[in-house]
Amino acid sequence: MAASMIGSKVERKEDKKFLTGKGRYTADITLANQTFAYFIRSPHARAKIKNIDTSKAKKASGVIDVLTAKELNEDKIGGLIAGWKIVSKDGTDMKIPPHPALASDSVNYVGDHVALVVAETLQQARDAAELVKVDYKVLKAVVNTGDAMNSESIHDGIDKNLSFDWELGDKAKTDEAFSSADKIVKMTLTNNRLVPNAMEPRASIGDFNPSSEELTLYTTSQNPHLSRLVMSAFNAIHPEHKFRIVAPDVGGGFGSKIYPYAEDVVVAWAAKRLQRPVKWVCERTDSFLSDCHGRDHITNCELAIKNDGTVTGLKVDTIANLGGYASLFATVTPTYLYGPLVLGLYNIASAYCNVKAVYTNTAPVDAYRGAGRPEATYMIERLMDKAAKEMGMDRAEFRKKNFIRQFPHQQCLVHNIDSGDYEAHFNKALELSDYSNFEKRKAESAAKGKLRGIGFSTYIEACGIAPSAAVMSLGAGVGLWESAEIRFNATGNISVMTGTHSHGQSHDTTFAQIVADKLGVPMENIDLVHGDTDKGPFGMGTYGSRSLAVGGTAIAKACDKIVEKGKKVAAHMLEANPDEIEFKDGEFIVPNSNKKKTIGEIAFACYLPGTYGEIKSPLPEGVEPGLKETAFYDPVNFSFPAGSHVCEVEVDPTTGETKVDTYTCVDDFGNLINPMIVEGQIHGGLAQGIGQALYENAYYDETGQLVTASYMDYTMPRADNFPEFRIDYTCTPATSNPLGVKGCGEAGAIASPPAVMNAVIDAIGTEVSMPATSEKVWKALKDKSDTKKKAA
Amino acid sequence: MKSINLTINGKKISKEVEDYTLLSTFIRENLNLTGTHIGCDTSQCGACVVHVDGKSMKSCALLAADVNGAKVTTIEGLADNGKLHPMQEAFKKHHGLQCGYCTPGMVMSAVDLLKNKKNPSDKEIREWLEGNICRCTGYQNIVAAVKDAASKM
Repeated sequence: MAASMIGSKVERKEDKKFLTGKGRYTADITLANQTFAYFIRSPHARAKIKNIDTSKAKKASGVIDVLTAKELNEDKIGGLIAGWKIVSKDGTDMKIPPHPALASDSVNYVGDHVALVVAETLQQARDAAELVKVDYKVLKAVVNTGDAMNSESIHDGIDKNLSFDWELGDKAKTDEAFSSADKIVKMTLTNNRLVPNAMEPRASIGDFNPSSEELTLYTTSQNPHLSRLVMSAFNAIHPEHKFRIVAPDVGGGFGSKIYPYAEDVVVAWAAKRLQRPVKWVCERTDSFLSDCHGRDHITNCELAIKNDGTVTGLKVDTIANLGGYASLFATVTPTYLYGPLVLGLYNIASAYCNVKAVYTNTAPVDAYRGAGRPEATYMIERLMDKAAKEMGMDRAEFRKKNFIRQFPHQQCLVHNIDSGDYEAHFNKALELSDYSNFEKRKAESAAKGKLRGIGFSTYIEACGIAPSAAVMSLGAGVGLWESAEIRFNATGNISVMTGTHSHGQSHDTTFAQIVADKLGVPMENIDLVHGDTDKGPFGMGTYGSRSLAVGGTAIAKACDKIVEKGKKVAAHMLEANPDEIEFKDGEFIVPNSNKKKTIGEIAFACYLPGTYGEIKSPLPEGVEPGLKETAFYDPVNFSFPAGSHVCEVEVDPTTGETKVDTYTCVDDFGNLINPMIVEGQIHGGLAQGIGQALYENAYYDETGQLVTASYMDYTMPRADNFPEFRIDYTCTPATSNPLGVKGCGEAGAIASPPAVMNAVIDAIGTEVSMPATSEKVWKALKDKSDTKKKAA
Repeated sequence: MKSINLTINGKKISKEVEDYTLLSTFIRENLNLTGTHIGCDTSQCGACVVHVDGKSMKSCALLAADVNGAKVTTIEGLADNGKLHPMQEAFKKHHGLQCGYCTPGMVMSAVDLLKNKKNPSDKEIREWLEGNICRCTGYQNIVAAVKDAASKM
């Protein structure tokens, strides 16, 4: 155990089960006597429900019950909540419409939940669903983000469909910067709506035990502890101490599985009400309709610039679409996860950001990989590119001129950035991408009749989402610390309990590496326990690139406590002073002697404090038996990963087809625990970000029907859409946590959309919006040439 | 109802199935082999790929009754007495999987590619895997794994 496990490319502990078909996802679970559930969803984007007639369906073969809002109200089941209060600039609280788990009098998006059919088989449930008669009065839907404030209110009492009108920054100071600017550069940007599309569709199984009165919900969650808390405290499903939530293997989340959905609430309640296990598995089309979507902003933004290229002010005016209701983290995503990040990694002395959040008759929008930070990065990086061009400056040099150079740096909006070296990763990215020879490659492409463009993107994110004091001062309903428990067994192996959840992030391996390194125990003797509220301590789940920086640190701190206690016990057993005991590679040693005890021996002695040779008890006076320690960690600040990405595209002007030819990224994630896993996280993020830039778009027609509701219509990136990514790092360790880690899960999705779009626009020489599909690029080129012809 | 006889992962079985039962449903629910996953309802994602008489096929696009008499291999049947198949080993070595949901279909599809093409190029691998969607890995490590497996098979 001499070599440090931290920083090693260790193969994953979790792989074997997945590679041999032994993963256990929610849909794989079959319970004795289980029933099957099918949700009846609204086919209309906006309608009043006049009547629901379930009488025929209830009599159908195999049907156990058909449940609606009526039954939900009988049992006093609460509606879904919005968890983060936002206050408008006029001092009023955000406006939140009721969000019942089953629609009572109105529906507000196609896919909204109306009723649940429970039957002996899935086929019977589906057949009976066709017999439920819902009498709708269809109303005109409000669909577009930009039109929402000028349309009829979709929720009673919410004027202009406006939930809040929020601001951040010093408006007067920013106005001043603009009035004294030499140049003002403006643009309007759309951040397209995306569907997260975790490959495992959501699923829930409720199971009530009438003997113990325990209710268990197996569900596809990134955050089982918080789901239990919310469903217990707000939905009043079942008391928390008798309610267990198990999130077994979960097939990807990307934010879409952070919060409990209506289906979770209804399935758990139905199992309790019907006293039979109820199983529901979402079909992909229903996932498209009812999983929370991501992004969907319209933004006007402008920069104030001095003649020497110094940016002195930034104004951002955004309309963010919340969809039909406010989902749990929907309100923080376009505000505190967005506004403070609009400055990017530039030293801009003044900024003002205004966000208006609107309701429309579309699926709720919530956190999706990056949550707010991709929108902020897209805005500032597109604007910086345009500004450089208008200033007649090189786009790389213009960026460099405005980088933050000294740390810690207090930004003019919110964040105090502890560490970084932005020029280092930018220069490395320029070198790795061979920027100096770009013109040569451009000429080569031109010789083939292709248009080549290069695009840059730099980013900063606020990760390690925790600092409770900070997030609560920004409106969070709860603090966001993390917990860990290290439980030694008598035979020397270890169970590590964490409140985070792994659904692709490789926690079983990364966290075991930390424990192996700290305690000198082999990886194979360390098991991570997560995803079950009955097994581990309460925790805050996995999102916002927080698990390692916050949860990993809690684990490291619990390890420190183990070592501290171990030293006391070892000192007693070795007849030495605890202060002189050294712990190294799993052994407690009395220096300058041959006296030592392994940590396994200490664990055994702690649990079985019998007679050990001369020593009557290995435990010194006042030391409790057992070897198990808990730690909670609440950092003092966020962590701030940053990086520079360079993309080169080649466009075929005859078809508009855009190919990402090379993609280079140099990121600063602080210290890396397992570089292989970090690389995998970057690759995945890049694929989603490039997907947003070139392929993906959730498109609603004017009646609020989701046109792109299947993999036939919504373009998921495939293997042949990408080149081999070039990846490198710089490292300035985070000072906000003892591991010096910053978080890497979202970076790829944050940085890549503007890198790709800046490259596309550089190639074609005209604006185009995301996704830059072949059709749009071809049309943009045609419009450009038509305009030119007209002018000539 | 139809009576069908199949060889699943080397074991002969006889079962009664409804005419409309998909092969994927049959594998998951009647045989309880839950390694074959369902990721969509339009035969696009490839999470359900199995081998039917040695060829990779989307089991959600076949009726169980239509493969009567065939030899079907699922992800559970790929390892040889607990020893991982070189493709499974390569996915592990190259971190070709994250959440694991698309993995069974991806591995089964990649194994079939190497039956057809001994040493495929990156481009050929990427084009072959066009019918398998992965949301986690960005595909790069999958391509590396398939190349490595090709050199070992």
